[in-house]
Amino acid sequence: MDPEGDTGAPVGRRIVLGMLALGALGVAVGRQASTVVANSIGAIPGVSSVLPGAGGFQIYSVVSGQPQWHPDTYRLSVSGRVGKPLSLSLPELATLPQTHMTKDFQCVTGWRVRDVPWSGVLLSDLLTKAQADRTAAAVHFSSFDGVYTESLTMSQAHRSDMLIATHMYGQPIPQEHGAPVRLVAAAMYGYKSIKWLSGITVASTVIPGYWEDDGYDVDAWVGRSNGRTDPPVV
Amino acid sequence: MPGSAGPMGERIPPLSRPDASTSGQIKRFTADQRWTHRAVAFLVIVLIITAICLYVPMVSAAVGQRQLFRQLHILAGFALPVPILVSLLFAPSRRDYSRLNRMSSTDWRWLRGPNRPAIPAEKFNGGQKLYSAVSLGWILVMFATGLMLAYNTFFADQWRAGASFVHDWLALAVVVLVAGHMYKAWEDPEARRGLRTGWVSHAWAQRHHATWAQRHQHDLSPNQSDPQMRQTSDAKNADTE
Repeated sequence: MDPEGDTGAPVGRRIVLGMLALGALGVAVGRQASTVVANSIGAIPGVSSVLPGAGGFQIYSVVSGQPQWHPDTYRLSVSGRVGKPLSLSLPELATLPQTHMTKDFQCVTGWRVRDVPWSGVLLSDLLTKAQADRTAAAVHFSSFDGVYTESLTMSQAHRSDMLIATHMYGQPIPQEHGAPVRLVAAAMYGYKSIKWLSGITVASTVIPGYWEDDGYDVDAWVGRSNGRTDPPVV
Repeated sequence: MPGSAGPMGERIPPLSRPDASTSGQIKRFTADQRWTHRAVAFLVIVLIITAICLYVPMVSAAVGQRQLFRQLHILAGFALPVPILVSLLFAPSRRDYSRLNRMSSTDWRWLRGPNRPAIPAEKFNGGQKLYSAVSLGWILVMFATGLMLAYNTFFADQWRAGASFVHDWLALAVVVLVAGHMYKAWEDPEARRGLRTGWVSHAWAQRHHATWAQRHQHDLSPNQSDPQMRQTSDAKNADTE
């Protein structure tokens, strides 16, 4: 059919087919391409906070807006099966032995931020200070956003890379990254690293956390869970 | 606006169309086409807004509610092809898709310029033809990659990461494309009126789509026709009386 005077090559069809071919090619090589793009574009300061896929963090929160807190009233509690329950203010946390570690941050949705420097207090140090019952099987975490929860087994909690972080890139943790205190479970996918942390409870059983209720793996090792094959974070 | 009354101000009853409010007007889009456009525009805007809430780090930090926006985004994504598929049931849409598909040498000349206003366009100019093709292209690619992301458990990590790469970066191009489209529409109120009411003035059509306007001389009341067009126009109108 040749309606009215519209003659000439079917350019529209060629464009659509061409875009479909390009899209398929992009899907095929996108994984490798995204690393190249993230490394090149992500190097430009500020870009990664505006553009997705530029190698920066993507900010996830399960509640609307930002959870509220005040530096004077904030307390991190350690309770449950402990000999000595703790309720630590930010200055008190700062007086405990500080641990620094630089780790990749791998999200289960695919993005990875390289070499993030964190510092804070080792979770095992806190558990020792609270005289946690080593025969208890699990440690639960809760956020003052009122919704998000996570948990670890007692042996996972005693790993030397489980950090109760207060600083990131040498600065206090920014609000969107979970200020003032978050868990950093670098060897596991990002959803384990609960933000806006306010409660640590030693308990008898592991309770699946917020995303784990939706089917995410409870033992969330990077590269060995959730059907993913990312390089492990060491 | 010239186009609703005669040059002298007096109104001569139109010959071929009794509705005086549309004299001097050309039908550009039928109701089904206007509703197709409205539905697609609404869904694309919902998709862009929910995408911004999900993926622009600063915005997603402020609004939260990822699950809600994710559901809305997926819902709108699934809905997007529906009005386009439904429009295929209507002959005027199919006719226009066929028009949009073919690029003539005049269309290429129009695209390259210079002096665009002097190059007569059909119902759609070369730019509109390319825009529509690119739009269908991105809708299909975004739909396919979006499907892979929404049902990510069925796809190997390699494919999922690839789909995410295409979906994320193509999304940026789509925002630029849609912004350009809205800017062009904002510049031309009568083009917008064409999509809102279905009618454009003959004068506007003459300016922007000269070849198409001339083909539709017979739709007009005689007082709206250019003098040199009068004869053919009157002859055609005589047939319809």
